[in-house]
Amino acid sequence: MEHRIGVFVCHCGTNIAGVVDVKRVAEELAKYPGVAYSTDYLYMCSDPGQNLVKDAIKEHGLTGVVVSACSPTLHEATFRRAGAAADLNQYRVEMANIREHCSWVHRGDKEMATEKAIKIIKTMIEKVKQNEALEPISVPMTHRAMVVGAGIAGIQAALDIANAGHDVVLVEKEPSVGGHMAQLSETFPTLDCSQCILTPKMVEVSQHPRIKLLTYCEIDDVSGYVGNFKVRIKKKAAYVNRDVCNGCGLCIEKCPAKTASEFDEGLSERKAIYTPFAQAVPNQPVLDRDHCIYFESGKCGVCQKVCPVDAIDYEQKDEFLDEEVGAIIVATGFDLYPIVNIGEYGGGDIKDVVTSLQFERLLSASGPTGGVVRRPSDGEIPKEVVFLTCVGSRDPEGHMPYCSKVCCMYLTKHAMLYKHNEHDGQAYVFYMDVRTPGKDYEEFYQRAAEEDDVLYIRGKVSKLFEEDGKVMVWGVDTLTGQKVEIAADMVVLGLAMVPSATATELAKMLKIQMNQWGFYSEAHPKLRPVESLAPGFYLAGAAQGPKDIPEVVAQASAAASKVCALFAEKEYHREPIVAWIDEDECAGCRICISVCPYDAIEFDDEKEVARVQEAICEGCGARIAACPSATAQQRNLTDDQLYMMVSAALED
Amino acid sequence: MKIPYYPGCTLHERALDFDMASRECANALGVELEELPVWTCCGAVFPLTTDSVMDILAGVRNLAYASRMGDKVVTLCSFCYNVLKRSNKVIREDEEKREKANLFLKADTDERAEMESYLEQDYVGQVEVLHYIEMLRDVVGFDKVAKSLKTSLKGLRVAPYYGCMLLRPKKEMEFDDPERPTIFEDFLETLGCDVVDFPMKAECCGGFQIVRDEETAIACSQTVLSSAIKRDADLIITTCPLCLYNLDRKQKEMAKRVKGFTKIPVIYFTQLLGIALGIDEEHLDFSDNYVDPRPVLAGKKLV
Amino acid sequence: MRLRLSTDSIRNASIERVEDLSGQALSSCYQCGRCSAGCPVVDEMDLIPNEVIRLLQFGQIKKVLRSKTIWICASCMQCSARCPKGVEFSSICDALRAMVLRMRLATPAVDAGNLSRVMVSKAPQMGVVSALRKLLNG
Ligand SMILES: Cc1cc2nc3c(=O)[nH]c(=O)nc-3n(C[C@H](O)[C@H](O)[C@H](O)COP(=O)(O)OP(=O)(O)OC[C@H]3O[C@@H](n4cnc5c(N)ncnc54)[C@H](O)[C@@H]3O)c2cc1C
Ligand code: SF4
Ligand code: SF4
Ligand code: SF4
Ligand code: SF4
Repeated sequence: MEHRIGVFVCHCGTNIAGVVDVKRVAEELAKYPGVAYSTDYLYMCSDPGQNLVKDAIKEHGLTGVVVSACSPTLHEATFRRAGAAADLNQYRVEMANIREHCSWVHRGDKEMATEKAIKIIKTMIEKVKQNEALEPISVPMTHRAMVVGAGIAGIQAALDIANAGHDVVLVEKEPSVGGHMAQLSETFPTLDCSQCILTPKMVEVSQHPRIKLLTYCEIDDVSGYVGNFKVRIKKKAAYVNRDVCNGCGLCIEKCPAKTASEFDEGLSERKAIYTPFAQAVPNQPVLDRDHCIYFESGKCGVCQKVCPVDAIDYEQKDEFLDEEVGAIIVATGFDLYPIVNIGEYGGGDIKDVVTSLQFERLLSASGPTGGVVRRPSDGEIPKEVVFLTCVGSRDPEGHMPYCSKVCCMYLTKHAMLYKHNEHDGQAYVFYMDVRTPGKDYEEFYQRAAEEDDVLYIRGKVSKLFEEDGKVMVWGVDTLTGQKVEIAADMVVLGLAMVPSATATELAKMLKIQMNQWGFYSEAHPKLRPVESLAPGFYLAGAAQGPKDIPEVVAQASAAASKVCALFAEKEYHREPIVAWIDEDECAGCRICISVCPYDAIEFDDEKEVARVQEAICEGCGARIAACPSATAQQRNLTDDQLYMMVSAALED
Repeated sequence: MKIPYYPGCTLHERALDFDMASRECANALGVELEELPVWTCCGAVFPLTTDSVMDILAGVRNLAYASRMGDKVVTLCSFCYNVLKRSNKVIREDEEKREKANLFLKADTDERAEMESYLEQDYVGQVEVLHYIEMLRDVVGFDKVAKSLKTSLKGLRVAPYYGCMLLRPKKEMEFDDPERPTIFEDFLETLGCDVVDFPMKAECCGGFQIVRDEETAIACSQTVLSSAIKRDADLIITTCPLCLYNLDRKQKEMAKRVKGFTKIPVIYFTQLLGIALGIDEEHLDFSDNYVDPRPVLAGKKLV
Repeated sequence: MRLRLSTDSIRNASIERVEDLSGQALSSCYQCGRCSAGCPVVDEMDLIPNEVIRLLQFGQIKKVLRSKTIWICASCMQCSARCPKGVEFSSICDALRAMVLRMRLATPAVDAGNLSRVMVSKAPQMGVVSALRKLLNG
């Protein structure tokens, strides 16, 4: 076949053209063997740019196209679509990355950058020359989604998908849905009551005909691929028969064993058989065997005796359920950075130094103090309350380097609500910067300072310690250059947000990426913020990075709509750039089976050859490198192609 | 068991009580502190600037001496410990400084030939610098210490004062958690004392500022002392002669300045250990202390 | 008071010298002030530690070398221990002292010839030696 390749060199404004001599590149490549057309343009991805490609394909009868511009992760799909619109098989359109790989990294050296751009493009021309015309692989798809984590993120995502007409399995590890939002008192910037806006949604997920709610459950194993996941779920033994229990709560009332309440962050006690909070959904208790007298000594058994419907079952075992789904949204949320790590603030040993979530519970009308702020040590109402920002955040030396994004706002809210509670009291906020980047947030902060007399002090506190029943605060005001000392009644720590404890384990099981701190990574920080790079996985909420409720909800809805878009097709279409094997040549050594990370290779025992399951293969190339007889090849990335590409790059 | 021991100038001269008590305790625990046959001042401060190799030589030289006796060297004074440990780290991690320092050491061996200081091999950080308290924990073992006790210190409320030099800089010292250290608490518990945890245990006593301006240092010391006093400590222990000087000797000035100032004895930790090990009071020597600890100890029937 | 800033005034040889001698990057400091908040002798300083660093970030070496602060610092390293950015102010202070002493810009903060008899005869050697090395020797 005669090659008629088109080369389209993009300026990307000055991003490329400011460094690479794009005109010269286009001219040079016009002379390259097989190139029938070569040109440059200001923005190739724009409408006129794409039309340029389409028209050239038709006019010059192009057999392949190389768009020399940015990274394929950004615009490969764009230009493939343009090619297809002009009846060129989309897999005969390639991108040569002369931005990230060239102009951005060689800013100072125009000559070298230009030479390098030419080489990069030549390699792609060589590739395109041998590209086969392929069609996407079609795979059947289960139109059913799973959402892991039922905080506000998971709840919102599940509702949106279910309301769009798809079934959803919602998995939550705790006995109730709601996540951290259920613990909050009132929410910035409008100060509406958190429970009031959340509980209707909690009830809705539990009653929605399309949502299967699995609380007190964990993901045990995941296999399969986008459109066809098989998930094994562990239903933890609750020692309460959930089919029978009517939620009367008699067992809770009579249980004699107590332990610290997780929901109240240790500020109150719960029973061994419990629901985390009064509005829990579902409203059925679970029995915590670590604190149950029966499990410790075989005595008690009170709950079983009092239960009117005979729901208590001490013999209950963990159960396993298998669910098939087409897409998975991970919404496992956050935890607070452990206070024990902050030795200079007492590491949790100073009673009246509380975490921000503890303070939420003290402010909450349903909290342990009925919404009156009382200090833990003696139950007194504090008169001097100090709030510390960036505790464990923005601290690359000792803790987390990133900004936790919500603490400036919630501490302002705390100070404000405390003042609404206690007009005579004084609230101080030590800050480095007050970050209020949200709609109506800055106004909220100003209101705290102006109307509630919250005193903002610019400086980071060095040490907290107990002295004469007070918490001594050693701070500084960098604006006046003085050390500041406050004998506080209570101190609230705006602790950093970190990924929830099980996030890393889950990520490994799902094979999705995280950043170094354990937040799930999005496929592209700007353009694909709610997808994981691994196909079929979507991200929502604080599990992907610190964020507040409005942002969490927006992201959850976005992830839901991505799932719905996936489900809009009957089948799933995937990239055909996968491995294939010449059955006549395969020696049947099975080496490739051992290296494939996706279990995509099956072995035909009759013919004694390996066979690729195209629906599963991710095209990672591992087996191709491993195959000793070189019979395994990657479509459109064959050894021949690679050889020609390398040759083109090395040519003078 | 013999362990190479670097006393340093202060324990050799003005803090003889500390040196004696520590040796006696070691003996009672079956360890002989074997003083380096040759040693010099460590320099007392780790170099102020990064541009000098000369400034770490004092520390390195002593480590090199120690390397001829074994793979460990034990020291007591916080300043010596700080200088030796940090110099050792420089030698281990900074190749250029290591080479230069060794050239200097070789040059000096000629002059010191009569002191038998000939170095057979380069000093590359092969010696482990141990504080005496680390020796008690890691070489002797606190459990063995516990078994050797003759007198119970039960009911004696002791506040352990760490000061600065043992703990900081944390990446170089790697001694204990710099905010909430526990090694001396564990030690005191081994002795059966009531440990008084006080928030100023790792705050500065004023250090060498006592030489420039007493007021500055005394203000610091007073903050430390009053924090321990407020928590009803009977006495404070330390491992630094300068801390002891600021905290104990300067109580005379504090008493003059502050009405109703309560005095509190400050002693070396090995003096307390000595009491628990049943060592004769004479060998522990409390004669130098401004605030005599004996009344407090006598009150608990310990002396 | 007015501070005029320009490229030349901000980066100058003395500032680079401070960074070299101390091994600290001045630009790492984001001015949280924690060094000052925990300093035990801050009450007596004319410039608090973070102000010293701020002035250095502005290239104002003279003001810094003239300040009392560098002689008052007790080298307790608490500032360095708690700095969220890993900046060791104690080392910066050491370097500044060394610069003054090496260039003989000021009379040393202690007069070795005039130390009190009590001090010389009673104070522990390491205390005296470290004071002399920190405040007199550089
Ligand atoms: C003190 C404080 C005050 C705040 N105040 C406000 C405010 O006023 N306004 C505002 O907008 N935002 C506020 N926020 C932020 C808000 O709490 C979060 O944005 C929001 O709760 C995040 O929701 P989420 O669903 O992503 O995570 P979460 O609420 O953490 O929910 C995650 C859920 O996933 C579950 N889970 C975790 N791991 C697994 C697993 N492996 N398997 C199954 N389930 C799992 C958890 O049990 C939990 O139920 C505040 C935050 C704090 C800390
Ligand atoms: S058996 Fe356990 S859970 Fe039931 S009432 Fe007794 S202590 Fe409570
Ligand atoms: S949001 Fe505010 S308090 Fe929280 S880490 Fe960022 S700057 Fe600090
Ligand atoms: S603590 Fe560190 S970052 Fe903060 S002002 Fe001091 S030197 Fe700068
Ligand atoms: S080293 Fe100096 S500046 Fe830093 S805290 Fe100690 S006394 Fe203050």
